[in-house]
Amino acid sequence: MSSVFGIPPQALFGQLLIGLINGSFYAILSLGLAVIFGLLNIINFTHGAQYMMGAFVAWFLLQYAGLGYWWALLVAPLAVGLLGVALERTMLQRLYKLDHLYGLLLTFGLALIIQGLFRNEFGSSGLPYRIPDALTGGRNLGFMVLPNYRAWVIVFSLLVCLGTWWVIERTRLGAYLRAATENPTLVRAFGINVPRMITLTYGFGVALAALAGVLAAPIYQVNPLMGADLIIVVFAVVVIGGMGSIMGSIVTGFGVGVIEGLTKVFYPEASNTVIFVIMALVLLVKPAGLFGRAQ
Amino acid sequence: MIFSRLVALALAVALAAGVAEAQISDGIIKIGVLNDQSSLYADLTGQGSVVAARMAVEDFGATAKGMKVEVIFADHQNKADVGANIARQWYESDKVDVIVDTPNSAVALAVNQITRDKGKAFLVSGAATSDLTGKACSPNTIHWTYDTWALANGTGNAIVKTGGDTWFFLTADYAFGHALERDTEAVVVKNGGKVVGKVRHPLNTSDFSSFLLQAQASKAKIIGLANAGGDTTNAIKQAAEFGIAKGGQNLAGLLVFLTDVHGLGLPTAQGLIFTESFYWDMNDKTRAWGKKFAERDRGIHPTMIHAGVYAAVLHYLKAVDALKTDDGTKVIAKMKETPTDDPLFGKGTIRADGRKIHDMYLFEVKKPAESKGPWDLYKLRATIPAAQAFRPLDQGDCPLVKK
Amino acid sequence: MATVDEYVEAPALPATSATLRHQYAAFAVMVAFFVLAPFVVYPVFLMKALCFALFACAFNLLIGYVGLLSFGHAAFLGAAGYVTAHAAKVWGWPPELAILGGTAAAAALGLAVGALAIRRQGIYFAMITLALAQMIYFFCLQAPFTHGEDGIQAVPRGTLLALFDLRRTMTLYFVVLAIFVGGFLLIYRAIHSPFGQILKAIRENEPRAVSLGYKADQYKLIAFVLSALLSGLAGGTKAIVFQLASLTDVHWTMSGEVVLMTLLGGLGTVFGPVAGAFIVVTLENYLAQLGAWVTVVQGVIFVLCVLTFRRGIVGELARVLKKSL
Repeated sequence: MSSVFGIPPQALFGQLLIGLINGSFYAILSLGLAVIFGLLNIINFTHGAQYMMGAFVAWFLLQYAGLGYWWALLVAPLAVGLLGVALERTMLQRLYKLDHLYGLLLTFGLALIIQGLFRNEFGSSGLPYRIPDALTGGRNLGFMVLPNYRAWVIVFSLLVCLGTWWVIERTRLGAYLRAATENPTLVRAFGINVPRMITLTYGFGVALAALAGVLAAPIYQVNPLMGADLIIVVFAVVVIGGMGSIMGSIVTGFGVGVIEGLTKVFYPEASNTVIFVIMALVLLVKPAGLFGRAQ
Repeated sequence: MIFSRLVALALAVALAAGVAEAQISDGIIKIGVLNDQSSLYADLTGQGSVVAARMAVEDFGATAKGMKVEVIFADHQNKADVGANIARQWYESDKVDVIVDTPNSAVALAVNQITRDKGKAFLVSGAATSDLTGKACSPNTIHWTYDTWALANGTGNAIVKTGGDTWFFLTADYAFGHALERDTEAVVVKNGGKVVGKVRHPLNTSDFSSFLLQAQASKAKIIGLANAGGDTTNAIKQAAEFGIAKGGQNLAGLLVFLTDVHGLGLPTAQGLIFTESFYWDMNDKTRAWGKKFAERDRGIHPTMIHAGVYAAVLHYLKAVDALKTDDGTKVIAKMKETPTDDPLFGKGTIRADGRKIHDMYLFEVKKPAESKGPWDLYKLRATIPAAQAFRPLDQGDCPLVKK
Repeated sequence: MATVDEYVEAPALPATSATLRHQYAAFAVMVAFFVLAPFVVYPVFLMKALCFALFACAFNLLIGYVGLLSFGHAAFLGAAGYVTAHAAKVWGWPPELAILGGTAAAAALGLAVGALAIRRQGIYFAMITLALAQMIYFFCLQAPFTHGEDGIQAVPRGTLLALFDLRRTMTLYFVVLAIFVGGFLLIYRAIHSPFGQILKAIRENEPRAVSLGYKADQYKLIAFVLSALLSGLAGGTKAIVFQLASLTDVHWTMSGEVVLMTLLGGLGTVFGPVAGAFIVVTLENYLAQLGAWVTVVQGVIFVLCVLTFRRGIVGELARVLKKSL
């Protein structure tokens, strides 16, 4: 319940900027999900837990190895990505012949396990993680002070998203991946190791989630439940964008963040639900999603 | 036909069980510490309250007097339904006689109701809502330590009188936050100030950026934080990030605990003003107790909630010993008749509406240079005498109070 | 179109009286257990198990017999709980009307959600139900009448039909048992009826069913609404038993729990959800002292069931006995 008198530009631009920051997280996370789903047809419910693990690895590195943020940006995605690879090899592979729903149920169960274990160990309020020294401070933009770290989040996310898009849509490796999804047998006949590609792709999607986790650590507090409610919003973003579309999830992620920010200015009570309302509308009008290919 | 016979049989069994009420039920006094063991209030209540309860049982000398007392605990996870279910099961099935602590006003209100239905006892230390001695007052409940009215009266008054007359509230969106906001708003308005805006945030929020921006946009001189624990510390940290203080606005922490200040660190927290009812470093008795507590609680010094649990359990056991029964309603009545005396709060009384009366203190967080140890964090600004610290008896709408 | 058939034996319709006899026997055992149990076990705990058993049976109707995995069923449980709690506390309705009100609200909600979600199948259906349920969660968080984090407390149990005082635990227990049995029989009847046969046909080969003239979407929607309605019945009853309606019941983790109960018990079996619900509620009760271990155990059960135990307890039992349960 907020009473903002009139709509001063300070409030508007400020919330839009916050919206872009939130949107960056939506974009990276939905990108990871879209990559995994679009190429592997797996709904990765564990994505939220893997995001959380990325943040925790960053915290561990700082706490026990004295390695700071920049190391974490590199190490956390690798570490969590490797865990993802192990997961895919041991468990997910067995489910490819079955209904896709089982993949969803398995990853859901795994998310529960991971979140439960972390919650047991660390409680459910946040652990502090310092903003890296190079990015402290803020810039006075006139209508608000924009902390440097949050500006970095926007820029870095854009780079990562566009980079991923470029790899998948414009490089040979990406072409192989896309071909492998459409017709794995044929691609295998060309001598390409399809199962390995699938495993690596899953690992990559998971690494993206962990990267988002490291980005989030200084702002959102490292806590075991940080991915739990976020994952559902990300699902909605992916549905809106079109389940298999890479560019769709990037654009929708940022877009949804901005719309959420706008809603916070005009009608704050609805800011949580606006994403789902949009999803419902998109489903009515264009069931395949805004950028999706028709099934 | 079979159905009614079965019901009759069941009723007979229940009746027989209910007859033995005139003594201490099943020979054991079972104390249940129900609080937040894993979430944002875990540090200021949590295991510390269990330690405090056990210390009270030992200091009372239960074994020497031949009384069997047991202390158990559970985590209500800040959910009203979890707390209510635990309370119900404790009373109905596990033979618990009294529940203590219960931070989170929503849970406390639920447990308050169940305790009343079952005729047991409820000693609240952690929860804040002044409704517990107001509309929701009950002959089975005593509200110890503090409440939202006392906080508003102490902190709100002090801040408005020093020039902070326009306020924007950042409120935790549940019973406690609403009560604190309501009581503080009343004080601000009474002193000629104005509330220019409010925003509600979910409990256990980690990112306050959009709420802080709204507070900035309102241009209020004071941003009142009607929340507690992790929410308050996060808001304070992020306010620094967004340059709130540099923009000329001040934060008012309406409910701050020793563990919050310790977690924030003196450089960030210095100068914060707030109201509490206990600090370990006030006098020799509190210091001695504080050190004993810290030894048993991993070096963490006691918050006022821990102190309240200790004092309440001590007074409860005295009443049970005097009456030789653990019937909730009777013991609470006896506790209200008897003046209190303990090393932590000194001498005090308990009113008809269940409100425990004692002095409240206005503290300010020390500057880093003024502190001589990791837990040497407060300096005393003012003492609010007991007679003025709490809401007058006739203003609470409590049905137990005869007009 | 991928269907549930690939991994679960299609529930057999009673072709022989022998099958019926076994199911009647199992039903008798179940009812006998629940009639005698409250004299030994804490009745409030059993009532919780019964409410969740009904919820799981309602959920199973959708996944087991229509082949649709809904990941947002908590919305119906919780919304009905809120409506019932509000009706009983604020409007002063007697419990039977309050519960009916909650059930009706859940059915209406089911119609709205179903109409949107039925358009898609498989994973998309699951995602959409999850997201819509989350929307309902946030609505419940904000709406003034639900009191957000506080929930609706002190809901009066009242007097049923002006005859039975529900504040007496045993009276309440047998009322809840009656509601459960009623709901259970309704589901059983629905499955073993022409309507159930059409659902089976649609699940096995939708284009063929459509070509025979059946409007598949309509039938699926009816099944969805029925499932939502019975979930609402469970939710409303639960609100009266615990005298509380809270956000926990609309949160998506509750949706996950009902999936767990049904999966563990046996997707598509008649008695599976009841067994699954009972086991999960018992587990939660005994592990409650250990905090977050409950979540871990739930996750482990999920993973094990999906990897190695897809038929669930009752499903495996049925296979061993070579009977349909």
